[in-house]
Amino acid sequence: MARIVVDPVTRIEGHLRVEVEVDGGKVKDAWTTCTLFRGFEIFIKDRPPLDAWHIAHRICGVCPTSHGHAATMGLENSFNVTPPGNAVLIRNLMEAAQQLHSHVLWFYTLNAFDYVDVLSALSAQPSTPALKTVQDRLKAFADSGQLGFLDGGYWGHPAMKLPPEMNLELTAHYLQALAIQAKAAQALAVFGGKFPYHMSTPPGGVTVVPSLQDIENFEFIMKEVTDFVRNVFVPDVLAVAPYYIDHATFGKGVGNFLSWGVLEDVDSRDPYKRALPRGAIFGGQLKVEQVDPSEVQEYVSHSWYTHDSGAGKNPGSNNATTAPQYTKVDTNDKYTWAKTAQIKNKPMEVGTLARMLIAYLSPNAPYYATVKSLVDSTLQALGSAGKPEILISALGRIATKALESVLIADKAEADLARLKQNIKDGDNNWFNPKGHDVPDAGAGVGAWEAPRGALAHWNRIEGGKIASYQAVPASNWNFSPRNDQGQRGPVEEALVGTPVADAAKPLEVLRVIHTFDP
Amino acid sequence: MRMDMNRRDFIRLCGGTAAMLGLSYSWVPEIAQALEQAAKRPPVIWMSFMECTGCLESFAKSVNPSTADIVLDIISLNYQENIMAAAGTQAEADLKKTIGQGGYIAVIEGAIAVGIPEAMMVAGKTSLELVKELTQNAAATLCVGTCAAYGGVQAMRPNPTGAKGVKDAIGAKTVNVPGCPPNPAHMLPTIVHYLLFNKIPDLDSDGRPLFLYEQKIHDNCERRAHFDAGRYVTQFGSKEETLQYCLYKMGCKGPETHSPCPKTLWNNKQSWCVKCGNGCIGCMEPNFWDRFEDFYQQLPNVPIPGFVGVETSADWIGSTLVTATMAGVGIHAVTTAAKGRFKKHPEEGEGPPPAKTEASQGSED
Repeated sequence: MARIVVDPVTRIEGHLRVEVEVDGGKVKDAWTTCTLFRGFEIFIKDRPPLDAWHIAHRICGVCPTSHGHAATMGLENSFNVTPPGNAVLIRNLMEAAQQLHSHVLWFYTLNAFDYVDVLSALSAQPSTPALKTVQDRLKAFADSGQLGFLDGGYWGHPAMKLPPEMNLELTAHYLQALAIQAKAAQALAVFGGKFPYHMSTPPGGVTVVPSLQDIENFEFIMKEVTDFVRNVFVPDVLAVAPYYIDHATFGKGVGNFLSWGVLEDVDSRDPYKRALPRGAIFGGQLKVEQVDPSEVQEYVSHSWYTHDSGAGKNPGSNNATTAPQYTKVDTNDKYTWAKTAQIKNKPMEVGTLARMLIAYLSPNAPYYATVKSLVDSTLQALGSAGKPEILISALGRIATKALESVLIADKAEADLARLKQNIKDGDNNWFNPKGHDVPDAGAGVGAWEAPRGALAHWNRIEGGKIASYQAVPASNWNFSPRNDQGQRGPVEEALVGTPVADAAKPLEVLRVIHTFDP
Repeated sequence: MRMDMNRRDFIRLCGGTAAMLGLSYSWVPEIAQALEQAAKRPPVIWMSFMECTGCLESFAKSVNPSTADIVLDIISLNYQENIMAAAGTQAEADLKKTIGQGGYIAVIEGAIAVGIPEAMMVAGKTSLELVKELTQNAAATLCVGTCAAYGGVQAMRPNPTGAKGVKDAIGAKTVNVPGCPPNPAHMLPTIVHYLLFNKIPDLDSDGRPLFLYEQKIHDNCERRAHFDAGRYVTQFGSKEETLQYCLYKMGCKGPETHSPCPKTLWNNKQSWCVKCGNGCIGCMEPNFWDRFEDFYQQLPNVPIPGFVGVETSADWIGSTLVTATMAGVGIHAVTTAAKGRFKKHPEEGEGPPPAKTEASQGSED
């Protein structure tokens, strides 16, 4: 038995420490530690509600748009205000641009070095002049003696399986992806002013009144991104998957899944009709149940907070609180700044796999046919037709990320067409002025999806100020520590059973963590 | 030229950098030489403390040069947790090696947890311990983003973790490129300035490079003529917004925010905060979250150009002084020209030779 600590876990958003116990070449137990606490719940309190969407937006700089939207939707819920259709479409388009930015960044910038041996690409036979150029550039870089950001990677690790030619091609796509994720951010900035931290979506609608030129500009830039998704990202995933097909046998996790739903249906505004609909799955059963934010309960028995900050309270309850109380890293007691969020006393996995499974099992949602065909054709290509359960694995999280990107591209194209039609029909309504009338009292919740999973923001207003603000982002689900019954959190559980070829270089551990898009 | 970088892109980089540094195009060969002739790419350690990764995300949106060009051709990014291949002990080894060798540029993202040091830990060390180790051997310390510079979002009242900016936390001399997030079009020229002149740029009292942050948003705003003429947006999504009227009454903090945003814009010059209709929230100013609290309330008093010594409200200008508008615009234009956009103060030490210093607005691609 050996304990391995990976600290810092790199190529993620934020700060993470992971401890695993390895026995017989496999992970036997695991503990995840979030090592950063900032206290948003404390400093948003007593502030003007209209400031809250800017502040809560800052929870995550990789998925800021989703936090901005969840915050604003929560305030609109408190204000009892509905944004106009055009505003919903613009928000959807910005959300789609952010999700595609994040998915591309995740697969290439954050994940590729787990599977692609960049130094092996130096010995490839380049099949095109373009690949030769990339190889020459890489060679000059390696020969400079300064490996910089590539220094200390797990090059030559026994778990690296790709032939040199594929390593070269994927390295070329890694460089291309860096430019594409920036493009997606440019598209978002057309409507949002900038990315990260767009500025145009306070409660009530959108502040931007886009010109036709703006809309064409967005469309033009997004086309380059969606082309990359369909013609490079998806084929890359399908080409790499056969080399790592054993990754469908581990990384399963807790088998409970949650999605609040994302990409609004502009007509119904029904969370079960979102392009990626709301729902929950329990116990790995392939059936979806309805779920409401009021069912969320938080616990802190293994987290560095006062007992009162958890105790099974719903974050929207009158006495919800978040009060830090650091002790020390003790895997038998308290060991993380993440709380344990649960539904029906169960830890829930959130993220792309959860969303795609729920969409695959929601026949009444508008994109059901698209999801079904994407998933079924991929299962067939992987030789597992009719076995969607194999997606509940490390490999499944990667595959569904690519498929979800196609769905998001489809939805963005449909929303863009709808927006143009609205404008053509003379709909020039962008903002509901009631969004600027802050009520004296109110309470609300905005439940939405970041690229990395479910997030919800609860607010309560008293005397025209924020009286309570609680957020449960994806990390409080996936990276929750053990619950009161000692059951592991989703990532902890997924790590159990992961093979470890070399305890000094725990590459496979990183892989499983990275599949959760932390 | 570095053999691995396209010459045209390289010259664009040098030209764009010259413009940001307030130099004329005649400086391009010097900039090119400084970057080309470096014996090796300057080592950089980028450490992230109390942060959201938004600063790195913003940096990764660079164009001309692209992020790939920067990490492959311009700098040696020896430690950066979001991008680096290594993890855990291997990442720690990279950090230790570079700190041991010294002479690196330390780039810091995120605030330092001083009140509750354990609120931010990497590899068992607190941010307070790490930032001391990191800055000790650094050739220069660059704080990117408002959190590293001044404490940022987590330092707002009541600052539950006792978060501070790097200078306040440990007294280190820092160059600050603030913003929430900072703009890559502000970060990279600051680094290149250091490589070119081998010294940190002249700074304002908040540690910001003067060549970037001397002027206010309001001085260069595309909607400025509407402010001067008393034409304001008073409701989002309105006809007035369609006409791109001034956002002062919607709470825009441009009149009190030092930043070149209206010139650099964001995300490959797609847009910026004022253009998307929300106005500025002042994110490049110290303590902006508290100082500008109630973002959608108009600033109480704003100096009106052309009325020296008189501070008055825009309401008054807008309603009472409409007839004076033309005069106001004329005087504002003269004031701007006389001040010189990147004019240096004589007491600020040596810089580029005066003969080559000139306003080079518009020369950036």
